[in-house]
Parts: sequence; C-alpha cells; structure tokens
Amino acid sequence: MKLDQEARYADNHEWARRDGDEIVCGISDHAQESLSDVVYVELPEEGDEFEKGDVFGVVESVKAASDLYMPMGGKIIAVNEELEDAPELVNQEPYGAGWMIRFAPSDPSEFDDLATAREYEARIAEEEDEA
Amino acid sequence: MPYIPHSDADRRAMLAAIGVQSVEELLADVPAHVRFPDLNLPPALSEMEARRELESLARSNFTAADGPCFLGAGAYHHFVPAVVDAILRRGEFYTAYTPYQPEVSQGTLQAIFEYQTMICALTGMAVSNASHYDGATAVAEAVITAVNVHRMKRRKVIISPYVHPEYRAVVRTYTQGMGLEIGDREIGRLADSLDQDTACVVVQSPDFFGRIEDLTPLAEAAHAAGALLVVVADPIALGLLKSPGEFGADIVVGEGQGMGAGLNFGGPYLGFFATREEYVRRMAGRLVGQTVDADGKRGFVLTLSTREQHIRREKATSNICTNQGLVALAAAVYMAALGRCGMRQVAELCYHRAHYARQRIGEIDGFSVGDDGPFFKEFVVRCPRPVPEVNEYLLAEWGIIGGYDLGRDYVQLDGHMLLCVTEMNPREEIDMLVAALEEMTA
Repeated sequence: MKLDQEARYADNHEWARRDGDEIVCGISDHAQESLSDVVYVELPEEGDEFEKGDVFGVVESVKAASDLYMPMGGKIIAVNEELEDAPELVNQEPYGAGWMIRFAPSDPSEFDDLATAREYEARIAEEEDEA
Repeated sequence: MPYIPHSDADRRAMLAAIGVQSVEELLADVPAHVRFPDLNLPPALSEMEARRELESLARSNFTAADGPCFLGAGAYHHFVPAVVDAILRRGEFYTAYTPYQPEVSQGTLQAIFEYQTMICALTGMAVSNASHYDGATAVAEAVITAVNVHRMKRRKVIISPYVHPEYRAVVRTYTQGMGLEIGDREIGRLADSLDQDTACVVVQSPDFFGRIEDLTPLAEAAHAAGALLVVVADPIALGLLKSPGEFGADIVVGEGQGMGAGLNFGGPYLGFFATREEYVRRMAGRLVGQTVDADGKRGFVLTLSTREQHIRREKATSNICTNQGLVALAAAVYMAALGRCGMRQVAELCYHRAHYARQRIGEIDGFSVGDDGPFFKEFVVRCPRPVPEVNEYLLAEWGIIGGYDLGRDYVQLDGHMLLCVTEMNPREEIDMLVAALEEMTA
C-alpha cells in the first residue's frame, strides 16, 4: 500500500493535503485498490460548501458505488475535471493526478484531527488482521 | 395436474417444525367469515367448453380491426408488418428474460444495440437506453434525470399542459416525495415560467392535440436559464419531421408502441429514452455497447448495466431495473424493416390523410376544426353534440370507432374530439366518417 507521507487521512479513506491555505483531497491507495477499476467519479461544483463528513461525491467502480466524504469542512475551489474522461487516474495515481477536489477549509484546525500516514497505515494493518 | 412440488409428507414435516396442526390453523387470525367464503361460481368447464365460452365472449368485442378507427391520443393504430411477429416469436427472443448474465446473450445484446442505434438516429440524440415500460414512465424518468443533472439543486419542473394528461399524472405519481414543484397548467408561453430553479421544461411534439411547433425558441430559452429541454416525441412523426435533437433537445422520450406493437389493449407498450452523451451517467436503465473480443471479433457488452441493481443500489436515482425487451425488439425490427424511406412514407401517409380528413370534416355544417397551424396525424374537432353521443352514434350506426373526448381532461374543451388518422385509414374510410357526421347533423 502506497502512502503520501505529507497527507492526512480520514476514517472513510479520503486523504487531505495542505497546499498553502487550501486543501487538496482524494482517496487513498488502499481505497482505490479495494474499489478496483474506477469507471466514474461524480464530483461537486465549484462554490459548493460542505461540513466535515458531508457527502461531496460518488466514486463508482465495476464493483460498487461509494460515497465520498469531506475530511474537513470547506468550500470547493476546484474539482479535477480530468477524471470525467479518465477516471482510471484514481487507480493509477491516487495521490497525484487522481486528486478529486480542492477546497478552502472553514476550520483549518480540523486538519490536525485527521490521521497521519503512520496512524492510517497502522489502522489498515489492524483492519486487515481482523479480516 | 398438480404444480405444487410439496408432498403431503413435506407439508406435515413443515407444519410439525413450526408446531401447528394444519395449514388452516395458520389462517386463524383471518376473520372466520372471510376465511373460506363461498364463491358463487358456475360448475367447472372442460378446456373445450371454456374455449367456446371465451370465444363467444370475445366476439362481442369490436376491435380496431373490425372497422375504421379514428382513436389515437397516445395509442396508435399503425400497421405491423408480419416480419415483426415472425422475429419476435422466435423462441430465442420470445422466452428469454432480461439478461442477468448479459454477455452470454449476444443475440439479445445485439438486438438492443440496434434498437438503441436506430432510436438515436430517429431522435437525433447521441445515446439511447434499452427502453422503459411505456411513454409515461419514460417521461417521468426524463424529469428525474433532469433534476439529477442539476444535483437536486433545481426542483422546479415545467410541463406543457399539452403533454399527454396521463403522462403528466404519471410524472406526479412517480416523483412524489422528491420535493419537486411541478407546473403543468400554465397557459401561455412556457418560456416565461423559466427561472434559475427550473430543472427542465417538458413539451410534447406533436403535442397532445397533434400540433407541431418550432421548438428552437423554447430550446434557447431553456438553455439560457440553465434548464434542460425534454421533448416527448411520436417516433412515427420523426420519420418526416425535424428531429428533437436538431432543435436542441437534451432528452427525447416517448411512446414507441406505434412502431411494431399493436394496440394490445393498452399494453405492453414501449418507452424510449435518448439523451446527450454528457448525461449518460444520469440515465436510468441499461445501455448496450459494441466492442471487439480478444480475437478482434465484433461483440456486444452491457456498457452500463442497470446500476440501480448491481452497483449504485440505494444511491440509484431510479428504481427501474428492467427494460421492455420484447417490445423494443419489435420496434427495432419495425424500424429496420421499413428503413428511412419506409418510415418517411408511413409518416407522409399519416400526414396527408389526416389533412384530408381535417379539411373534409371542417366543411361539415356544425363541425369546426379551427386553424391552429401545422399538425401531424391528430387534430381537434368541435362537435355539435356531446362527444360520447357522437361516438355512440358512429359505432352503433356505422361501425366506426370515433375520437377521444377532450372534455375528459380539459374542462374548456367539452364537446371537442381529438381525431387520429393514420396510414391504416384509407380515403374510403375517411369519406365514410365524413358521410356519417354529415348524416348525424342533417
């Protein structure tokens, strides 16, 4: 499982990374692997505002459709429009070209509540042991 | 012959397992007087006797095949070439249920693919799904699609009052609980009702009264307001008229019964649904695509499966998981058999015969047809007597099936009849109708 050491991770496997005052967000390598081939990503519109934990979109793979949850509250600044034609980017580069949204956080301190890469890795390992 | 697989011993074992003595005991909660009521039934008949009885009952029907039929209003008496049934009734198509392991059923997928392709050509749209139950449900699905294209942020739906009244009723039933505001009684320009909350505007063309209008201004107004234009079309008319796609429609739906399905006593019918490629993910139902296999040979796949069922489940925007496979096949065979020229010819016959009929009826004392501009195969006639009376007279005295009583749906149109003329009504039938109406008022 690949991890972005800079990013923080939410319970539902979204990652959030600081970029200046903004936050970039996508889903983790572990999440894309569990979903298998992503065929469609439904993203919000610029200007949409969400609370932490709100559904901001849906990722649909050949196996399932899963809601995407805001790791922090904020207002959408941009969405990755390339995913419309190339949803496979989520599988190929979950932390890079497969990013999903960029938003202005309403409370930047929520970032610190998210799991670090190490904590997230430990959690996944634990879950896999249980399974 | 018993069709119930359980033996007495099986039943005893099951009853013992749940601790009751008899099946009757399971019904103890049902009030005694309705538990096993005496049914007032005649003695049982043999198959031969039952058949004779039913045939005798059937003979008291008067069907569209028994005399001239001028009734339309959504269910149309068009000719069904024999080739349609010949293909439809092949066991491979006739007995197969909706393909749950789709790629195994290459023939079914190819038929659906060809149906979709021809629907796209006819409507001028980029994608068509594999069909819906009927025109009414297809309109409702179009409304839901439009609302979802706007991510439920726009909840106002404007429907022309000249969309089939039953379709409008189905849209209301279908969308109840979604919190939509549905306006379908506005008289006047639909474009004036458009605003930033409008998800879509729905028009029928030709409309319920048969009239044809240029949809370009409405398409422009809808798009300027950010709303979608949904057009309810008659596929037979599309053989002749400019396609809704060329007018700028975003979703084209309608009743496909006229293409290869008989009147069928009201069903099964066929809802077709076509849209722009960008809305394909918001579309309900399934979509078949063409591809090549590992050896480079042409094959067909379920490009979009019924996501309601397999993938999206509770996140689905529609709960319709099926399509109207057999009737869609009939439409595909019909379109393929007639081809572009044949479809145009049918449409032209309808158009010219309807215009002849309208002109002749307009000349009869007491009847008026107004002057409402261009129309296709249906038109409104104001009658000197109540429509049910006129129809009763036509049927009893002349063996003619008359038109649709518009007073049923439009209070202001009491005494107005909607007449439909298709390629099935030769000039002699129209002349007979005219003679009948002349005699009625003489």
